[in-house]
Amino acid sequence: MISNSFRWLATTFRLLTYNKVGFVGFLGVTAIVLLSYLGPYIWPPTTGADIGKIFEPPSAQHWLGTDDSGKDNWMMIVNGGQDVIYAAFVAALVSTLIAVTFGALAGFLSGWVDNVVMAITDIFLTIPTFPLLAVLATFIKLNNFTLLGLLLGVLGWPSLLRAVRAQTLSLKERDFIEAARALDLGAGHIVFREMLPNMMTYITISFALAFTQAIYGQVGLILLGLVPFESNNWGVMISWGWNHGALFFKDSIWYIMSPIVAIALLQLSVITMTRSLEMVFNPRLRSGG
Amino acid sequence: MATTLSSPPVALPRRTTILQSLAQSYYLQKILKTLFTVFVVITFTFFLVRLLPGNPIEQMVNLLVNTQGISMQDARDQASALYAIDLDQPLYLQYFDYLGKTLRGDLGDSLLSPGTTVTSIILKFLPWTIFSVGIGLLLSFVVGMALGMLMAYYRDSWIDHVLTVFASIFSSIPDYLIGLMLIVWLGIQWKLVPIAAMRGSLSPNTVIGFTWEFFADAFFHAALPISTYFITTVGRWMLSMKSSTISTLGEDYVTVAKARGLRDWRITTAYVGRNASLPLFTQLAISVGFVVGGSFLIESIFVYQGIGASLNAAISRRDYTVMQGVFLVITLSVVFANFFADLLYSWIDPRIKIGHQG
Repeated sequence: MISNSFRWLATTFRLLTYNKVGFVGFLGVTAIVLLSYLGPYIWPPTTGADIGKIFEPPSAQHWLGTDDSGKDNWMMIVNGGQDVIYAAFVAALVSTLIAVTFGALAGFLSGWVDNVVMAITDIFLTIPTFPLLAVLATFIKLNNFTLLGLLLGVLGWPSLLRAVRAQTLSLKERDFIEAARALDLGAGHIVFREMLPNMMTYITISFALAFTQAIYGQVGLILLGLVPFESNNWGVMISWGWNHGALFFKDSIWYIMSPIVAIALLQLSVITMTRSLEMVFNPRLRSGG
Repeated sequence: MATTLSSPPVALPRRTTILQSLAQSYYLQKILKTLFTVFVVITFTFFLVRLLPGNPIEQMVNLLVNTQGISMQDARDQASALYAIDLDQPLYLQYFDYLGKTLRGDLGDSLLSPGTTVTSIILKFLPWTIFSVGIGLLLSFVVGMALGMLMAYYRDSWIDHVLTVFASIFSSIPDYLIGLMLIVWLGIQWKLVPIAAMRGSLSPNTVIGFTWEFFADAFFHAALPISTYFITTVGRWMLSMKSSTISTLGEDYVTVAKARGLRDWRITTAYVGRNASLPLFTQLAISVGFVVGGSFLIESIFVYQGIGASLNAAISRRDYTVMQGVFLVITLSVVFANFFADLLYSWIDPRIKIGHQG
C-alpha cells in the first residue's frame, strides 16, 4: 500500500520533470503558493510606518525596497498573494465544473440538449466578460473573496465548455465508448466514468487557464476600485500606486513593479506548468511506470 | 489523397423549396443568431437596471425621497424622466418601450450631466476605440501571422526559440499590466515618451479633417494603447500560426505544389499561408471581444478618451444610464465583430458554408 503510493508519487515526479519548461513552471507555482500561504508566518504583516524610509531601493533589510510610508515591499508581496490565489482557485473550480458537466453532457447527448447548451454558450461567449464583471460589481457588493471567485467562475466557463464538448465529440467515436454503449451502461456512467478520466489532461489544463483568466478579471476589478477590500493584496498595491500617483514618481519603481512582477510570474508559471500537467494526467504515460 | 482525381461523392439533387433553402442558408442562420444575441443583451441590460434588488432606479427614488424630502410620486417622476422609462406602466410595457427606444437609438440622458444624451456620448467616444483597437489588432494579426510562419519554417532554430519565449511571456501577462509597465518604464524611468502630452485622443488645437497633422496627432495619442494591444495579442497569433503552419506543411497538397515546381513564394502564400491562417480567423473574433472588453482598463490607464474610458468614468460615478448604454454598445460591437468574422471565414473557407447546409 505504502510502496504503491510511493511509486505513484515517484512516477508523477518523473512525468513532471519530463518537460523542462513545464517543470520550471511547476516549481514557480509551488514557490508562489508556498510563499503566499506559509510566508506570512515568517514575515508577519506589520503596520509599522517609517517616514524616514520612503520608496527606498532594495537593501539587506528591505529586500524589495519600501513603499510610500516606509513599509517593507517584500512583506506586502508575501502577505498579498493568498487572497488573489484563493479567489482565482474558487473561480477556476466553478467554471471548470460548469464547463465539464454541461460540455460533456451536450457532446454526449447531442440533439436538443446540445442545441440549447450551445446556444446559451454562444451568447455568453459574445458578451465581453470584463465589462460585464465591472457592471455587475456596481450592483453586487463583492465584499469577500469567495463571492468574487464565484462571480468570476460563473462568467468564465463558455470557451472551456466548447473545448470540453469538442473533446467529448471526438471521444464518442472511439471503440471503448462504443463498447460501453453496447453494454448499455447509461449516460451518467459513460460520461463520468469512461469519458472524463480520458479528458483529465484537458480538464486540468482548462482549470489552469481558467485560473489565469480569473486572476486577470480579479486584478482588473481591484485596479478599477470596484472591489472594496481593506486587505492588502497585489491588486490593491497596484491600484493604490496608480490612483495615488505613486506610479508617476520615479523612486516608486520597486513598489509598483513588485506586485506587477508577482502577478506576471504567477500567470507565466501556471501557463507553463500546463505542459507538465499534460504528461502527469495522461493515463497512457502512466501505464509504463 | 489529394492526388487522386476521382470526384468527391455528390449528394443527389433534391427538390427544395425557396423556404427550405432559406432556412438552410448559412448567412440567414448567422444573421438570426446575431439578432437573437442582440435581443438577449438588450433584455439583459434592461432587467439589470430595472429588476435587480437595489437597482439604480429604486436607489435613486429612495435617495430623492430621503434627502430632498419630496413625495414618492415626484421622486418616481424624476427618476422616470431621467431613465426615459414610465414607471407607472406595468413592467412588460416598460420593457417593450425600452426595446423600441433602444432600437431607435434613444438611450436616455446622462444622469449626472442632464441634457447630454447617452447616444451623443457614445458617438463621440466610440470612433477612437474602433480606431485604436482596430489598428492594434490588425497590426498584431498581420505581424503575428508573418512571424508565426517564420517560426514554422525555421522551427527549432534559435530564431524560433527566441520568438517562442517572447510570445509565451507577453501573451500570459495581463494587458493592463503591460500598459502600466509601458508608462513606468518608457514614460517615467527612461523618459522616452512624453506620457502626459500623449493623454487624450487628440491635442486640443487639432482640427479633425483629412490632413496630415490630424492623422499624425491621432497616431501620436493612440500610440501607447495601440502598442499595448499589439504586445499582448501578437504572441498568441505567433504561436497559433506556428502550430497551424507546421500541420499545413505536412499536407499532401503542399508536397504536390512543390512537385509541380511552383515558386516558393506562391506555395508559401497561396498554399500554406491561406490554409494555415484559417483557424486564426475564428480566434480573431474571440480576440476582438477580449480586447474591446479589456480596452476600458487600457484606455483608463493611458487616459485615452475612447468608449472604454467613458465606461470606466460612468461606473466610478455610478452614472447608470451611460453605463447601460456604453455596455450595450461594447457588447454589440463584439457581437457584430463576431458576425463579420463568421462572414469573412466563410468567404475564405467555403467548406464552412457547405458543412452547415448538410
